[in-house]
Amino acid sequence: MTWLPVAASDMAERVDLLFYSLLVLTGLVALGIFVLMVFFGVRYRAGSSADRSNPPAQKKWLELGWIFTPLAIFIGIFIWAAFVYAGFYRGGVDDAMTVFVVGKQWMWKAEHANGRREIDELHLPVGQPVRVVLSTEDVIHSFYIPAFRIKQDAVPGRYTTIRFTPTRQGEYWLHCAEYCGTDHARMGGRVVVMAPDAFAQWLERGNQNPSLAARGFELFRQLGCSGCHVNSTVHAPDLAGVYGRVVHLSDGRTVVADEAYLRDSILLPKRDVVAGYEPIMPSFQGQVDEGQLSALITYLKENK
Amino acid sequence: MSTPSPNGWGYLGEGYTLRSWLTTHDHKRIAILYMVAITAFFFLGGAAAALMRLELATPAGDVVSATTYNKLFTIHGVIMVWFFLIPSIPSVLGNFLVPLMIGARDMAFPRLNLASWYFYVVGGLFTLGALVAGGVDTGWTFYTPYSTRFSDTNVLLVLVGVFIVGFSSILTGLNIVVTVHKLRAPGLTWFRLPLFIWANYATSLILLLATPVLAMTLTLVALERLFKVGIFDPALGGDPLLFQHLFWFYSHPAVYIMILPAMGVASEIIPCFARRTVFGYRFMAYAILGIASIGFLVWGHHMFVSGQSMYAGMVFSLLSFLVAIPSAIKVFNWTATLYKGSIYFSAPMLYALGFVGLFTIGGLTGLFLASLALDVHLTDTYFVIAHFHYIMVGGSVMAYLGAIHFWWPKISGRMYPETMGRIAALTIFFGFNLTFFPQYLLGWLGMPRRYHEYPPELQVLNLFSSAGAAVLAIGYLLPLLYLGWSLFFGRRAPDNPWQATGLEWQTSSPPPQHNFEQQPRVERGPYDYQPVR
Repeated sequence: MTWLPVAASDMAERVDLLFYSLLVLTGLVALGIFVLMVFFGVRYRAGSSADRSNPPAQKKWLELGWIFTPLAIFIGIFIWAAFVYAGFYRGGVDDAMTVFVVGKQWMWKAEHANGRREIDELHLPVGQPVRVVLSTEDVIHSFYIPAFRIKQDAVPGRYTTIRFTPTRQGEYWLHCAEYCGTDHARMGGRVVVMAPDAFAQWLERGNQNPSLAARGFELFRQLGCSGCHVNSTVHAPDLAGVYGRVVHLSDGRTVVADEAYLRDSILLPKRDVVAGYEPIMPSFQGQVDEGQLSALITYLKENK
Repeated sequence: MSTPSPNGWGYLGEGYTLRSWLTTHDHKRIAILYMVAITAFFFLGGAAAALMRLELATPAGDVVSATTYNKLFTIHGVIMVWFFLIPSIPSVLGNFLVPLMIGARDMAFPRLNLASWYFYVVGGLFTLGALVAGGVDTGWTFYTPYSTRFSDTNVLLVLVGVFIVGFSSILTGLNIVVTVHKLRAPGLTWFRLPLFIWANYATSLILLLATPVLAMTLTLVALERLFKVGIFDPALGGDPLLFQHLFWFYSHPAVYIMILPAMGVASEIIPCFARRTVFGYRFMAYAILGIASIGFLVWGHHMFVSGQSMYAGMVFSLLSFLVAIPSAIKVFNWTATLYKGSIYFSAPMLYALGFVGLFTIGGLTGLFLASLALDVHLTDTYFVIAHFHYIMVGGSVMAYLGAIHFWWPKISGRMYPETMGRIAALTIFFGFNLTFFPQYLLGWLGMPRRYHEYPPELQVLNLFSSAGAAVLAIGYLLPLLYLGWSLFFGRRAPDNPWQATGLEWQTSSPPPQHNFEQQPRVERGPYDYQPVR
């Protein structure tokens, strides 16, 4: 029986510090209120001889005190918690290892950059920053690793991402946290955090698949992307090195070309048209599945 | 003291036939109709919860199938939210007490009042119909696209049921708002109103403003499910997060629909049994309005990991901390009301003090969930389940039962057995904590909600919780039995058994059909209690 959760990621340590600090603070407040209630209850029980002269009906300084003291403390906690929260989403994209994870009733499918796939398991090297790029083939799921204190919904029709660094070797629970139908409780498995060299061996062992980027390159030609985007008379943006670049759109907005942007550009090309180009690209909605999308995007990332 | 009605049973003696009840326009009789109906639904929803706790006594899914379990938590949520908690205090006690407390003969719209009960019943029949037809498995939250494309259960029947019961909410809200504005007794200014009236008034504004959004949202879900109109499903060009925004725009204020009236109840009972005025009356009234208004701006805190923008999350987090301030004010003021009082620990007082304690824990753990980085780990786990049950069951149900005991002499004309009342209050308090406190630990350990199987190392805490549920079930059955007994064998209640100050205690128990023999006049504020030794 465990009474406290294992902390196995950099985020877990930061979240736990916040949790236990808040626990002490709210515990003291609750204790203070309960002690007062019991004290008043005993001292002013009916029939006791306590002094009851001039019971106050209101004390403005007291009311203002217990409005503004909590307010100041709350703002402090808010800032602290928001700062830690930003850590789940912000940070360089270059140093992190990207894993594509797809939710499907009722399993998690993960694919590593070299093409190694796994189902209901996720192997990761210790000490390596990881970005999980999530998608789903059906309903909303939520990728939850309690030991890492991370959770992120996988939402149909878009990518969501979350980042963390595993800090402790071992096996941890992987769950689905958003109700997704009949076998919701059985959707999940384990996360295995390994030493870096053991992970490298695991990654190569028994992998028959070409890398994501290689499959992406293949698809890039098969689907005809290269027909317009590479040395063509058709006026289409050159995609070499597009990943991570700031892109100026025809409506004046600028976006960073991350996975979510590239995904939308393939499936919903009319949504974010690059400045200076005609909206002539056809949508590939329905022609590429989640696995092919992650391959295409990985190819674009590595095609510098 | 007013003269008792001819047969001594006031409004209860105005007719004994079923027809006289089902066609009544008397707010007090309509309150009784609501009480009977929501009690039936409470025990139905409770039975679903009992089966769930039975299943969760062991880690393996063995008592019921996964499908059945999913239907159980769905029906538990739908019934407890829409057919018990939301109508509980406003429609039963609000209906009974608002006219009495403000010195009016009835609600502003007696026929609409009766119509609201029929909407409730018809909505309830659709929901029960869905149960009989095989149940529904979407969860009470109806998240899309699961509810629109994937679930093959009776989603539409339940959508229609909840849509209809919404009109019951809207009509009750409208009635209370107009009644409080137009029918107050001479001299009863806004700042002489009992806090129970303030609370039900604010609640009614929320009912009026938020419920239509739910109705529209559920209609859109039905349209998408029936006719493939793309609103929420990305495969049809919709956006699933849009559903969550619309749903929580209603369902977060709905939490305040459940808790504000409970706060109103505590603010009546505590001064009465502490024999002194409530501490900080104006701050209490403003806090109610503050909660009702800020409560409309925090819905996005249900969506911190949903894929909504990080910055949206930050705004909703800050606003969620702000809404905690008026709640804190109320807890501090109730505590201060005990200072220099003369405290009687009668059953209603035990319920009210239990309410304050459990609401405090529920509110403080809400701060954990408002803290963005903590919510990432805790949301959709048992920590959330524990948190909102502390508010809705520890808070609202405790207060509802406290109110039923406090006003039972007025409602029924009989006294309840005091010792049994105290035993039940303590049993419920103990059973509640045993059921739900372990769930905070389960959530912190990472047990997701809506799981009918769970990792074996979590069994001990789950066993505590299931054992607590058994105690809680006994605790809830006790009042049903002894209050039922008291209807026939209880001592006849005097007009004002608690020496309370509200107008409702100045008429007979039970009150006559039109409440007061003479138009009451109000010359001072509420809670004009004198301390006694």
